[in-house]
Amino acid sequence: MDLKDLYRDIILDHNRHPKNFGQLDPCDSTTHGNNPLCGDRLTLTLRLEGDRVSDIRFEGKGCAISIASASLMTEAVKGKDDLAIKHLSDLVHHMLTAHGETSAPPAELGKLAALAGVREYPARVKCASLCWHALDAALKHRANNLGETAIGCAAVSTE
Amino acid sequence: MNARPAEIPYDVARIRADFPVLSTTTRGKRLAFLDSAASAQRPLAVIEAVDRYERTSHANVHRGVYQLSQKATDAFEGARERVRRFINAASLKEVIFTRGATESINLVAQSWGQRLGPSDEILITWMEHHANIVPWQMLCERTGATLKVAPINRRGELDIEAFRALLSPHTKLVAFTQVSNVLGTVLPIKDMIAAARSVGALTLLDGAQAVAHQRVDMQALGCDFYVFSSHKLYGPTGIGVLWAREAILREMPPWQGGGDMILTVRFSGTTYNELPYRFEAGTPNISGAVGLAAAMDYLDSLGIERAHTHEQRLLALATVACHSIDGLQIIGEAKEKSGVISFVVEGVHAHDLGTILDDEGVAVRTGHHCAMPLMEFFGVPATLRVSFGCYSNDEDIDQLVRALGRAREVFG
Repeated sequence: MDLKDLYRDIILDHNRHPKNFGQLDPCDSTTHGNNPLCGDRLTLTLRLEGDRVSDIRFEGKGCAISIASASLMTEAVKGKDDLAIKHLSDLVHHMLTAHGETSAPPAELGKLAALAGVREYPARVKCASLCWHALDAALKHRANNLGETAIGCAAVSTE
Repeated sequence: MNARPAEIPYDVARIRADFPVLSTTTRGKRLAFLDSAASAQRPLAVIEAVDRYERTSHANVHRGVYQLSQKATDAFEGARERVRRFINAASLKEVIFTRGATESINLVAQSWGQRLGPSDEILITWMEHHANIVPWQMLCERTGATLKVAPINRRGELDIEAFRALLSPHTKLVAFTQVSNVLGTVLPIKDMIAAARSVGALTLLDGAQAVAHQRVDMQALGCDFYVFSSHKLYGPTGIGVLWAREAILREMPPWQGGGDMILTVRFSGTTYNELPYRFEAGTPNISGAVGLAAAMDYLDSLGIERAHTHEQRLLALATVACHSIDGLQIIGEAKEKSGVISFVVEGVHAHDLGTILDDEGVAVRTGHHCAMPLMEFFGVPATLRVSFGCYSNDEDIDQLVRALGRAREVFG
């Protein structure tokens, strides 16, 4: 396992220059994600049209893996509906936790496949999955009309 | 004890050979274990003592009339005597085995703490481990008492004047660490204990980061409670000690109920056992106690002062090396420090740094180190922490410096 498989150029680029960084105001749903283990925090703001995410931004502090993952996620889900996002989220979780897997991730993951190296570093899975858990919570709570929500340690667990 | 004569140089290569894990590799690299403040490695002497006990002496303690049970009891009570001698406690009644420093503090909070009321105060410092914060918060919630926190300065030293100012006749307990697990700061415990005493407060000293690095003497310290864990002292996990003055323990209500802590049990009422058993409900961690005693033998055979001198030399060496690295900022530069260095590197999150170091065989702790208020004080989400043990060597530091260089290559 080479470190370069974890810290690929695309990851380092997204860490340095994250896409969709900031907050949408007004927005239709927002979530705070928090990973107490490493002190990572991120806030997602979403605009929704029906069951489609029409716009999304994230803001926060964290390691390169968490920032790049959130940046890549916002690019990947913008314009997609709930069902497509759920599918993508499942694929990402599978890719991140498939320890020992050597085959290439599915092509439909697109740029998100850059995070495949995480699967060899189990301690870092939570860094990469934090934003996806936050997105999941934002979409769920939107459905429940709960408005602003916060997810804590349990919600970012990937066990 | 066969204390080695002082004129023989501290032979770190020979000491390293006592620790089997140090000759293993990780990710194909030599293991540079720099995380002893989280948990120290075990020497063969400890591994073998536990193994020998399991093979030849195990049965339940304080119960059977058969010889094997007596052997187990002797081993367990022998360990208690070893601990008593190691910390120079006045009597065996003052040595209570717990699961570790955390449980020891919880025992004090839940038993001794029952006497507190709404006008009482507990004083801690800003550099406490969560284990010396949360049990007091919980106690304050239960009793209405108030938790006060003594501030620190940017170097990571206690503001002793502010500490004194926070003491009052309302202060019933002052609980503080002897050595900061994050910053390595050695606290001015003598002054703190004297100040606490002057207002009539009891003192609890968290010795988790101290006992393996300096001689602690319950007759000299002057505190009222002292807690530590075995696994930071080269012993097994799951065992630790609460020491308290006998007069105080006598006044404390039992904590957990069960076997071993009673004399007679009737449905009309139960009478409790003598000290220290009154605070040890249930079958204890017998092999853990045996391992802890072996660890104390081992540390005494090295000479704790000599190990400390060795660690101080490494601390100075590593501090200089850290200062030479671009963008590296040491968090905590107290005048008196134990073998701990916390730092952050500009532009690289502690977790990314930790992973890169791991890839180079360097094991360090990353994160908030169970001290979130301290992280907040320094305005960092996480730090990377290097800590030394009796077996750490110059090569570990060289490997750390090379690995930090690698991080610069990756992150540019």
